[in-house]
Amino acid sequence: MRVTEPASVRWTLIAIAVLFLGLFLVLPLATVLLEAFRNGAGAYLAALREPEALAAVRLTLLAAGIAVPLNVVFGIAAAWAIAKFEFPGKQALMTLIDLPFSVSPVVAGLIYVLLFGRQGWLGPWLAAHDVTVIFAVPGIVLATLFVTVPFVARELIPVMQAQGTEEEEAARVLGAGGWQTFWRVTIPNIKWGLLYGVILCNARAMGEFGAVSVVSGHIRGRTTTIPLHVEILYNEYHTAAAFAVASLLALLALVTLIIKTFVEWKVQHEH
Amino acid sequence: MSIEVRNVTKLFGHFAALKDVSLTVPSGELVALLGPSGSGKTTLLRIIAGLETPDEGSVHFDGEDATARNPRDRRVGFVFQHYALFRQMTVFDNVAFGLRVKPRFERPSPAKIAERVHELLALVQLERMAGRYPSQLSGGQRQRVALARALAVQPKILLLDEPFGALDAKVRQELRRWLRRLHDEIGITSVFVTHDQDEALEVADRVAVLHEGRIEQEGSPEEVYNHPVSPFVFHFLGNVNLFHGRIEGGTMHVGEFSLELPKGTQADAASAVAYARPHLLDIDHTPLPGRPHFRATIRHINAAGPVVRVELATGSGGIVHAELPQERYRVLGLQRGAEVYVSVKDMKVFTSPHGTSGAGI
Repeated sequence: MRVTEPASVRWTLIAIAVLFLGLFLVLPLATVLLEAFRNGAGAYLAALREPEALAAVRLTLLAAGIAVPLNVVFGIAAAWAIAKFEFPGKQALMTLIDLPFSVSPVVAGLIYVLLFGRQGWLGPWLAAHDVTVIFAVPGIVLATLFVTVPFVARELIPVMQAQGTEEEEAARVLGAGGWQTFWRVTIPNIKWGLLYGVILCNARAMGEFGAVSVVSGHIRGRTTTIPLHVEILYNEYHTAAAFAVASLLALLALVTLIIKTFVEWKVQHEH
Repeated sequence: MSIEVRNVTKLFGHFAALKDVSLTVPSGELVALLGPSGSGKTTLLRIIAGLETPDEGSVHFDGEDATARNPRDRRVGFVFQHYALFRQMTVFDNVAFGLRVKPRFERPSPAKIAERVHELLALVQLERMAGRYPSQLSGGQRQRVALARALAVQPKILLLDEPFGALDAKVRQELRRWLRRLHDEIGITSVFVTHDQDEALEVADRVAVLHEGRIEQEGSPEEVYNHPVSPFVFHFLGNVNLFHGRIEGGTMHVGEFSLELPKGTQADAASAVAYARPHLLDIDHTPLPGRPHFRATIRHINAAGPVVRVELATGSGGIVHAELPQERYRVLGLQRGAEVYVSVKDMKVFTSPHGTSGAGI
């Protein structure tokens, strides 16, 4: 590429970008790690081994373990429908998929409280059948599902639209059935977009705070996820412990970034 | 296997892509569907393949109604305009696909599949490319892989959508001759779609010319080229000169000349158009008796190529194109700006745009 701007402009722009990233991204991440190890590695490990911390990790893994696969199924189905068929209400469906991006997670949580809470619309019916959703694990899973809905579908729609339907048609004419076409032609074509969507979806599912906070009820060791557990520890002035648990989320962010970079590199090299 | 399309109509929303189209392709023939974009030719091909369902009418294979048959059970090979190769598979896997997805009891053993794939790759001269991915091939090579893939399942019918559309002129020439030879070797009933009249006339046994969702004319290349039944077909199959005029008492009057029409054609018409192909115009220094002729000035000469193209301006300012053999051009010694006589060896007159009342001289 030909460079036209004078060196001073270039260096100023680069400096601003680096400074900004350093101040708002690298510094906080570094602080998390520094604070986590302030009382030594022993205290760090102890904070993670605490039964409540372990329960929070387990609940976070459970919520993500349910939300991510469901979103993969929903995301592929929705992207397939939007990219490959024409039907009335297509625009409305796309807007609906984006809804969780535009609604505050707190509102999303409140919606579930109003629906499934004791005083909610379905509350009496749920109580009669002895099902608890709010202030229990099902509510946390539902809230996580809500906020993560767009991730997989959003990644796949442009990929599938760009690829069109010709390869699937070719497979059909060659005698392949619906499943054969899906597994042998469609999935290999979207695999990187899908992986990208899954890691972003997973990062959000594990890191979600607002919506989950509203429906959780903060019952320690039972309805606290990692982010909620961090908050509780911090509010009780267990700063080092809070940062120790928070470092798990920071680690997740790093792993996500690494996979994301790898996928982008891979996609570039395939074209 | 013979194909018969009966009274097919296909609507996309309010747009009628095909209007009551019927077409018969006898077993073993190579037929071209020729028409401009939007004429419905690709839709017709996709209906034969089962990739679209007709709103009315039916499709028959060997006399058997196949309208409701799933594309996977039709035993057709389809070559897509942009090849639609499976981008995540090697050339070998692409060609093997149709064999590998067969139900277990019909599926050949992996060794048999490999043997068949190599046979086909030899047929399309791509044996050394078996391990490559589609993105590593040239356009012409991809086209041949698409063809090998379609032939792998031993289809009874081969359908090709603009098979040479995306290739450059030289490769096109080679590939269409090669396709013709291939068709003669394996003798499979084939239909291909094209917007290029040279391609249709050179390769096909028969040509169906489509226009706005209808088949305007169907016949051998010789028939449709020499005896077009409508102004559209005249226009679409090569260059043509138009002379606008009127018919009075069996004689057509154009600005520059008049033309006596054969008996039995329309005696009077307020407006009529005479069509003459450039190679049916002759140029001379003196008027030729017995043929309709008119004076014109040479505006441009292009002598590069097998024929010499001459552009002339008539007295009324109209532009006429003539094509002469190189010899004739040299004998006449034509120069730019020279005044000459143009005579018409053959032309055809239409009094309506749909051209039912055409007449030749």
